[in-house]
Amino acid sequence: MDLVESHQEELRFARGRVVRALLIAGVAIAIAVPFSGQPAWIVRGTLIAITAIGVLGQNLLIGHTGQISFGQAGFLAIGAYTFAHVQMLPWPLALLVAGLAAAVAGVLVGFPSLRLKGPYLAIATLGFGIAVYQLLANASWLSGGRTGVAVQRPPMEWLYWQDVLLLAIFALATVNLISSYAGRAFMAVRDSEIAAEAVGVNLTRTKLLAFAVSSFYTGVHGALFAQFLGHLEPELFNLGEVLTLFVAITVGGLASIEGSIFGAAFVVLAPAVFGAARWAVPVLFGGSIIVVLVFEPGGLAGGLRKARVALEQWPFR
Amino acid sequence: MADLPRPLLTVEGLSLAFGGIRALRGVGFSLAEGETLAVIGPNGSGKTSLFNCISGAYTPGAGSITFQGKSLLGLSPDRVARRGIARTFQNLRLFLGLPVIDNLLLGRHLHFRKNLAAAFFRLRGEEIRHREKCEELIEFLDLEPYRNVRVADCAYGVQKRVELARALALEPRLLLLDEPASGLTGEEKEEVAYWLHEMRGRFGLTLLFVEHDLRFASRLAPRMIALDRGEKIAEGTPAEVQRQPAVARAYLGDAA
Ligand SMILES: Nc1ncnc2c1ncn2[C@@H]1O[C@H](COP(=O)(O)OP(=O)(O)OP(=O)(O)O)[C@@H](O)[C@H]1O
Ligand SMILES: [Mg+2]
Repeated sequence: MDLVESHQEELRFARGRVVRALLIAGVAIAIAVPFSGQPAWIVRGTLIAITAIGVLGQNLLIGHTGQISFGQAGFLAIGAYTFAHVQMLPWPLALLVAGLAAAVAGVLVGFPSLRLKGPYLAIATLGFGIAVYQLLANASWLSGGRTGVAVQRPPMEWLYWQDVLLLAIFALATVNLISSYAGRAFMAVRDSEIAAEAVGVNLTRTKLLAFAVSSFYTGVHGALFAQFLGHLEPELFNLGEVLTLFVAITVGGLASIEGSIFGAAFVVLAPAVFGAARWAVPVLFGGSIIVVLVFEPGGLAGGLRKARVALEQWPFR
Repeated sequence: MADLPRPLLTVEGLSLAFGGIRALRGVGFSLAEGETLAVIGPNGSGKTSLFNCISGAYTPGAGSITFQGKSLLGLSPDRVARRGIARTFQNLRLFLGLPVIDNLLLGRHLHFRKNLAAAFFRLRGEEIRHREKCEELIEFLDLEPYRNVRVADCAYGVQKRVELARALALEPRLLLLDEPASGLTGEEKEEVAYWLHEMRGRFGLTLLFVEHDLRFASRLAPRMIALDRGEKIAEGTPAEVQRQPAVARAYLGDAA
């Protein structure tokens, strides 16, 4: 009958043919970009890689664990400013400290999630993001006042490779995490808290872990963003950033790794198309959320999945 | 007393109220290791409430629940599960977005050695061990064709089986089943009765189940208790319980 021959085989990385094709295409594009000789594309590629790390993290929280949070700007700012203040440390260490600082904040912000659900949690986390922004805007010893904080910035091409490599590491870690007991517990909490508890999943620990891990990712996103810009000011971390990450998750696809990367590419590339008409970007973002939710709630990744199934069954059905 | 088997579960004087509704009023019974006990009673008589108190979902206003000599009162549902009690739900509570195999693996959650570093680095020895356990259940409950199907896409009868398999995956000492046969066709009911009978022998389970269908209950349980409006109105063999005038009245009252 339909027996599993080997559990090892079932658990292998990138088993599907389409997944493998996507993976190869991704690597090919990543390698081709620097050889294009177009500085603008190197900058965009770097920004996509940085953003994708944050989107992966927030997708773990929102898509996999089902905790709708709007605190992204806060975690981003904590990661960025922590990195700026510890940049004398060796780079990997500074990055780690930035991620951990955001993770600690994530656990603190996660506590309301033990009590609040849905829109109530979203509002509470939004409050956190606003509080961080206000703190930065008013504490010049933290944010460097009007002059801001300078961050050392390596050459662009170097940044590109560094950030693409980091994205690969984070994406791989995420694939591993969500196929482990911990990732399954995340999704169990999303699908039914009552059933999750009945099989022995500790809700408190699971939700706080999801907040910690996702904020770590977003903290690293913030740190890399700081390094990319070379300069920080509080204005960077306002509600616009929350919208951007949220759009990336919805358009890319909830609870999807490739979706997180598609979504990051969308929010980085779409504004480039509009060029001078910057006012049109939020309109496009808001509109795209509506379009996706109405026509393809699975986002780009969901659409791709459907196309793949249709392709496999073609010409039958 | 010495020759009686030690009770696995003892419930005494259990009371629970929702505002003015008294869902349970001084319910008590005990269950020996390896025994099967059915709980019957008309709609709203407190059967599910009793299960929710035992599994930690509700906190009773009064009374005691003792499992393996220790009180369960005040424990959260996940701690109760850890003590060795698994349950199913009257209105199925599954992880609908996940495939059948992942639902069963979640049933193994409390047996996993938790190691976050191993999770990030894909060290999967632990995972394979548990998958093997799940395969046994998949085979036992004829779930092979659905292994990788999202539970949301499975038929009701299959979902019901998945929930049973998930509960068995916990390897519980005590299994609570809330209406294991409700909503099933006659044929499916037969299958469930067979599986319950089989698994008692195979897994050495102690079984407490709620059932509306008196015939179904009598076939599996040598002993039953009947609830009506939160009170225990009868206890004994199926024949004894059904002879009680209070039981006949409760069921007729339900029908009227
Ligand atoms: N969470 C709740 N809030 C308010 N009232 C409740 C709640 N749960 C149960 N009740 C009430 O407690 C009483 C007992 O309900 P319970 O669900 O235990 O009955 P039951 O015997 O399982 O019924 P059924 O056969 O319909 O499943 C009912 O009157 C019900 O309305
Ligand atoms: Mg009930």
